[in-house]
Amino acid sequence: MQITGAEIVVRCLQEEGVEFVFGYPGGAVIDIYDAIFKQNQFRHVLVRHEQAAVHAADAYSRSSDKVGVALVTSGPGATNAVTGIATAYMDSIPLVVLSGQVPTPAIGMDAFQEVDMVGITRPCVKHNFLVKNVAELAVTIKKAFHLAKSGRPGPVVVDIPKDVTQHLAEFNYPDSLSVRSYVPVTRGHSGQIKKAVNLLAGAERPLIYIGGGAVLGDAAAEVRDLVQSLGLPCTNTLMGLGAYPGSDRQCLGMPGMHGTYEANMAMQYCDVLVAVGARFDDRVISVPSHFLSQPKKIIHIDVDPSSIAKRVKVDIPIVGDVKLVLRDMLEQWRQGEHGLHAAALAGWWKQIEAWRAHDCLKYAVSDTLIKPQFVLQKLYEVTGGQAIITSDVGQHQMWAAQYYRFDAPRRWINSGGLGTMGFGLPAAMGAQLANPDATVACVTGDASIQMNIQELSTCKQYHIPVKVVNLNNRYLGMVRQWQEMFYGNRYSETYMDALPDFVKLAEAYGHVGMRVEHPGDVEPALREAFAMKERLVFLDVITDQSENVFPMVQNGRGLNQMDLPPHMRDVQDAPFENNRDYGNMC
Amino acid sequence: MRHILSILLENEAGALSRVVGLFSARAYNIDSLTVATTEDPTLSRMTIVTHGSEDVIEQITKQLNKLIEVVKVIDLNESEHIEREMMLIKVRSTGKEREEMKRMADIFRGRIIDVTDKTYTIELTGTSEKLNAFIEAVDRTAILETVRTGASGIGRGERILKI
Ligand SMILES: Cc1ncc(C[n+]2csc(CCOP(=O)(O)OP(=O)(O)O)c2C)c(N)n1
Ligand SMILES: [Mg+2]
Repeated sequence: MQITGAEIVVRCLQEEGVEFVFGYPGGAVIDIYDAIFKQNQFRHVLVRHEQAAVHAADAYSRSSDKVGVALVTSGPGATNAVTGIATAYMDSIPLVVLSGQVPTPAIGMDAFQEVDMVGITRPCVKHNFLVKNVAELAVTIKKAFHLAKSGRPGPVVVDIPKDVTQHLAEFNYPDSLSVRSYVPVTRGHSGQIKKAVNLLAGAERPLIYIGGGAVLGDAAAEVRDLVQSLGLPCTNTLMGLGAYPGSDRQCLGMPGMHGTYEANMAMQYCDVLVAVGARFDDRVISVPSHFLSQPKKIIHIDVDPSSIAKRVKVDIPIVGDVKLVLRDMLEQWRQGEHGLHAAALAGWWKQIEAWRAHDCLKYAVSDTLIKPQFVLQKLYEVTGGQAIITSDVGQHQMWAAQYYRFDAPRRWINSGGLGTMGFGLPAAMGAQLANPDATVACVTGDASIQMNIQELSTCKQYHIPVKVVNLNNRYLGMVRQWQEMFYGNRYSETYMDALPDFVKLAEAYGHVGMRVEHPGDVEPALREAFAMKERLVFLDVITDQSENVFPMVQNGRGLNQMDLPPHMRDVQDAPFENNRDYGNMC
Repeated sequence: MRHILSILLENEAGALSRVVGLFSARAYNIDSLTVATTEDPTLSRMTIVTHGSEDVIEQITKQLNKLIEVVKVIDLNESEHIEREMMLIKVRSTGKEREEMKRMADIFRGRIIDVTDKTYTIELTGTSEKLNAFIEAVDRTAILETVRTGASGIGRGERILKI
């Protein structure tokens, strides 16, 4: 029996076991919406802006390991989705974004609501398709799901002209498919793994550097096995938080621009670095030449060959699925009865503990002003460290990453690569829908929240009881920090004058709003908010405006040249650059 | 250093723009690019001449391989290869210049493929350096128009690029 293209789209999504489609209708997709109306296998979530649809689908995926799906109309619907697509692309999140397109005869005619979606999204998708013939629709959607989730994951756009959704075809959904030009490597090369094992066995100052690939590759168990059975120190990047338990002693915290002192020093002074699904990003290692100025051997495990040797040359590249590679590595380690250099490792740990003893995340508590770090600490305590935390972009994001200790993967949901303000609230919606029983909180800032605040309306409609923790410093805080540190306190356009009354705003959307102005009220307010399990509660927390994020590695500096918090200023003055002996580095 | 890359890719709409987009997005150089369908109509074969440090060339190769529609990439520089480019060049040839131009075309094993009272159009095939050499050899003011295909390359001997 022949069915319409629109019905084929719906059938494909059902075949893929899709639970939620996040979207917004319009002329080019009205037939698809009609087909959605007639089914009840999956739910459609009507967002209030297409960017939010993609962020919500993205966080649905990040928090669950399923492919997120978004549906938008042509033209402005499609362009609104682009920021969301680019966000997912930078963080390698598997998504299928279906966009409507003008009817095939109108393509190229500058038709009403026509944009070249395939052209616009080309540089920020894993792949994209324009479906010109209804006969190819099902197989194209199948391919889109396959590409999105296999290999290095990423967003895939399927652009569907309106007439294709109206034309008729038989529905045949392939069980499996192979794409001859696309064969991602899964198992690592055993010879390379052997070399890696031998190198690690000879290490004196080893460090495991764990990135987002370990989360996406569901390799947390293997990471833990490696780190714990060998007794190694490790560091989770911003994208890797939770891949190894953040509260464990063997975890040194996050490396990079706002990483901990101990993690950055260990990154700089290790002699063997094992990168697991991490990509030596500029915000992590800063300047490659400085990073490599302290000699180290690097083992790099990644599913994407183009991530390897992109910013730094590595000694042992291993292309493969991180989970499988780590398993093979451990197996070889155990078979070969390898042992580490016990005395050297003990010395390394001693050094690390000395670095850690500086307590770089210590901050001055105040009984008049609410310190943002304090809010995060309380949030951690009140949620028992078990919440899914989404975040926006700015200082609040860095504090959340520093002070909330994530003990499991897929609980920390943030836009790491693109740094998209406006991500947090729609991400919280997606995460909550994927994890209906979980506690979900969005840590946001007074500026970021306003970039997708309209989603409070979506939360109302679908009873999504997330908690919004707004660290309200009346500033574009992160930019203000740079202006304070590098631009002579010229706060050009970073002061948020005329902020809305967030409490009233939350109430206007039908939610609970609470303002917190005194340090002593933080914990009770959080407890009260999280006790309201059925409600969205918006906590507007008025924080100390002058607080900055430390440690900080300035652009162009090395990882051992951090700007440190006030209590460590004497440490900062120690001669870093010419002293290559890590033994004197604390 | 100059590298010549051979790429086998799906003969699909948009595949070419992905390759070109990759080069511009990542600020890689394209000195020339040629592409056409192969004997298997589902595949296209592309030759790109580029230049860059070894690290950059390695990244270019990896990034090309990452494109879904790219089936295979080889760097022809890695072993012996043959490359050819074709040029059509229209030159002014009047009076005693005519003989001279004909002789020059012969020396370079070019063929005159179109003639008027005042012009010759010469077809010339060879390495890109040979075509450059011809342009250098003739009087610049006599050159009316040139059109070049860009280099195509193939491995020497039994080395083949196929799926
Ligand atoms: C869409 C977008 N525009 C601009 C920026 C640049 N930017 C980074 S952080 C920041 C300030 C964020 O302010 P707020 O949300 O209040 O967070 P705070 O830093 O104050 O905690 C800006 C403007 C960005 N990351 N994303
Ligand atoms: Mg702010």
